Amino acid sequence: MNTATCPECEAQVELAAGTEVGEILVCSDCGVDLEVTALEPAAVQLAPMEQEDWGE
Amino acid sequence: MQRRLKIGVLYSRVRVEEKWILGALEKRGMDYDRLDDRAIHFDLNDPKPWRQYDAVLERSISYNSGLYALRLLNAFGVPTVNTASVAEICGDKLMTSAALARDGVPQPHNATAFTPEAALEAIEAFGYPVVLKPVVGSWGRLLAKVNDRDAAEAVLEHKSTLGSVQHSVFYIQEYIAKPGRDIRAIVIGDKVLTAMYRKSEHWITNTARGGEGELCPITPEIESLCLRAAQAVGGGVLAVDLVEHPEKGLVVNEINHTMEFHTMQPVSGIDIAGEIVEYTVSVVKAVADS
Repeated sequence: MNTATCPECEAQVELAAGTEVGEILVCSDCGVDLEVTALEPAAVQLAPMEQEDWGE
Repeated sequence: MQRRLKIGVLYSRVRVEEKWILGALEKRGMDYDRLDDRAIHFDLNDPKPWRQYDAVLERSISYNSGLYALRLLNAFGVPTVNTASVAEICGDKLMTSAALARDGVPQPHNATAFTPEAALEAIEAFGYPVVLKPVVGSWGRLLAKVNDRDAAEAVLEHKSTLGSVQHSVFYIQEYIAKPGRDIRAIVIGDKVLTAMYRKSEHWITNTARGGEGELCPITPEIESLCLRAAQAVGGGVLAVDLVEHPEKGLVVNEINHTMEFHTMQPVSGIDIAGEIVEYTVSVVKAVADS
């Protein structure tokens, strides 16, 4: 299983098969939003905060 | 041998919709690049790197990034889905309302003013309650249901004091006592693909705000209204939101140009991502034939 370390709480976050760079995961320990920045090796960083012009 | 089409997919985050779209491109064996809108830059004297794309599919979450990228790409002659003009209209509720009004498409009663004083006058003319909406913004954020004059004065002052300049374009809409649901229809080109009720006990029924989805039959009225609405804003890949008005019947509330469909695709069983890719290819072909 591919795992990365949560920069907020240092928990090990598991990346499911088929995960893409740019995808958002939620840390199951601290609940923070994480953006996948690399797959091999897996790396995550805190996801950007929602901006005013975001939407669909 | 025929050259493979090359598609750019512009995105901010890889949501499930983008995963489905990338999957649909893979499935069709298409050549594509992922274009993260936080990483790209445009040299206005050098359009060549962008002209390698037969089309760019815009899926940015950031309205500004998406819109300006589309403007530049269209200026470089790169076909986009949707076009900059469509994004410009759909990303701004007031411009959408103006386009619908121009084409006589039924919509809620709206008014606009540019100062709190003029807005208050317009609100008083409507009668309470009314809804105040930011002209740019989504996911049901910063909508305010204003029930009386005290609330109107407070919200208008807050918007003009705390908000960006854009929040001083006051967009006022009649409050519609809808039956706990609205309707979202996906329109791609000249086809209404699917429609869904979005149900919620709250007056804001966006699924982003917890509204639930249920399939809605596409009646001739829904089909005709959605196609007229899509045409009014320039057409493309769109989500048309309809509201059942107790007196006026179905009205078009808003139109989204980079819609999410994580609820609609599983509820409808329709491969919306695949249809978006097929439409993008058809745009390339239409440009090549013209």
